[in-house]
Amino acid sequence: MSMRQRFYRAAADVLDDEPRLAIVLADIGASQLPKHPRVFNVGIREQLMIGVAAGLALEGYRPIVHSYTPFLVERPYEQVKLDLGHQDVGAILVSTGASYDASSEGRTHQAPEDVGLLSALPGWTIHVPGHPDEMERLLVQSLAGDDRVYIRLTEESNHAPVHGDGLVVLRESDGPLVLAVGPTLGPVLAATADLDVGVAYLATVRPFPAGALRAAARGTDVVLVEPYLAGTSAAEVSRALVDRPHRLLALGVPKGEFRHYGEPEEHRAAHMLDADGIRRSLEGFLPAAA
Amino acid sequence: MATLTPLGYDDLPRLLTLQTGDEKHDWSSLSTIDVLWVLYDRVLGPDDRFLLSKGHGPTAYFAVLAAKGLLPLDDLTGFGTFDSRLGHHPDRMLVPGVEISSGSLGHGLPIGVGMALTGRRVYCLVGDGELDEGSNWEAVQWAGRIGLATLTVVAIDNGSSTYHWPGGIERRFELEGWSVVVADGRDHDVLEAAFAASTDDRPHLVVAEVRR
Repeated sequence: MSMRQRFYRAAADVLDDEPRLAIVLADIGASQLPKHPRVFNVGIREQLMIGVAAGLALEGYRPIVHSYTPFLVERPYEQVKLDLGHQDVGAILVSTGASYDASSEGRTHQAPEDVGLLSALPGWTIHVPGHPDEMERLLVQSLAGDDRVYIRLTEESNHAPVHGDGLVVLRESDGPLVLAVGPTLGPVLAATADLDVGVAYLATVRPFPAGALRAAARGTDVVLVEPYLAGTSAAEVSRALVDRPHRLLALGVPKGEFRHYGEPEEHRAAHMLDADGIRRSLEGFLPAAA
Repeated sequence: MATLTPLGYDDLPRLLTLQTGDEKHDWSSLSTIDVLWVLYDRVLGPDDRFLLSKGHGPTAYFAVLAAKGLLPLDDLTGFGTFDSRLGHHPDRMLVPGVEISSGSLGHGLPIGVGMALTGRRVYCLVGDGELDEGSNWEAVQWAGRIGLATLTVVAIDNGSSTYHWPGGIERRFELEGWSVVVADGRDHDVLEAAFAASTDDRPHLVVAEVRR
């Protein structure tokens, strides 16, 4: 079952057990969720969707708001900033589509900028799960709070979930550290199988785990692999290692108007985020890998 | 606590002067003052919410909150200065009695829709110029379609929209399924009756006409 389908099932399952929970939709997902007094579909009105969530939160509810990434984060960005952040209320924003899951839909349905945009606002916890099991755990965990949470669903999935919170070291090394975010872990493991590099995994990118990165990065070289706009967390890495001479290679979706349709795998390869592309980038950055 | 003694309508000019230090008052504040007074003096119940969506010119709002004992009078002096809780747009995290932070136009009404969905009675003040913002119409359309009867909007119509369309506000809300009353925005009894004319199956609009 895809991460998106798991989200719908999990949200429907907890509706009756969580009396504070309300789900606000703008058509996307409405046919996947049950009719329920706390499921509100406002039609194709994304500014209203965020405003309604804020009103519900001001009345003590815990809203989940869901749509495609660009229509959830970009179109109502000022509502996200003001109706949630400035009012000092929370919501769980759950996007679907990630950077290029909607590859055949074109640029209008793609938003690799999403994590950067939300990172620019104060108080957001940002989850980029790499497996449906991780997504469900993070979603359920988020229901109990009142904070601002973003969960980025993707159809890309690692072969298995990673257990544990925060930065999880999967392979120790005194050499370079490759930090894989969410669904980039599978390609990262394939690209580094025969290299003497450390590999760490991160599904929660904000707040950024600076202390854990300092502990995991034993050498001078860090490679950051993010499934959204390249460099989104580069400043966080720099801040974490500010007192240490270090080199950083930040991989991700390049900034640009990418005018191609086709399959997600083709987009991943074009952005050099498949195993082969990551390997080539590593060889350029790490002399020992060449 | 002398500062929390409720005051009357006739005290409002003095409370405005405390904020501005001026006997002449900002028009955007004065356009709302009678509607605000009627709401706080005659209409709002203790569990109701009032949202000043049109956050511009909030000195009348602060004067009314202070007159009703919701905001200490001492706060009025120093309006807009660095350490003041009061500025040119209200901040709910700073000002007692303020339900939402506003200033950017077109945000209060969608938030009010969300509050009203919970069964809460919500009154939301917008300006005719503010209604230029498309986000309002997302809220007006949907509230009308679902018959959100716990929501009342009061639109201060002082013709401040650049492309002002006399009669357009009430016609458009009616088309979207709202009950609508047009009232003299200075006449307290007429305004009170206009608010009382809400129905139990539709959201309600009061157009408060104010000559500038």
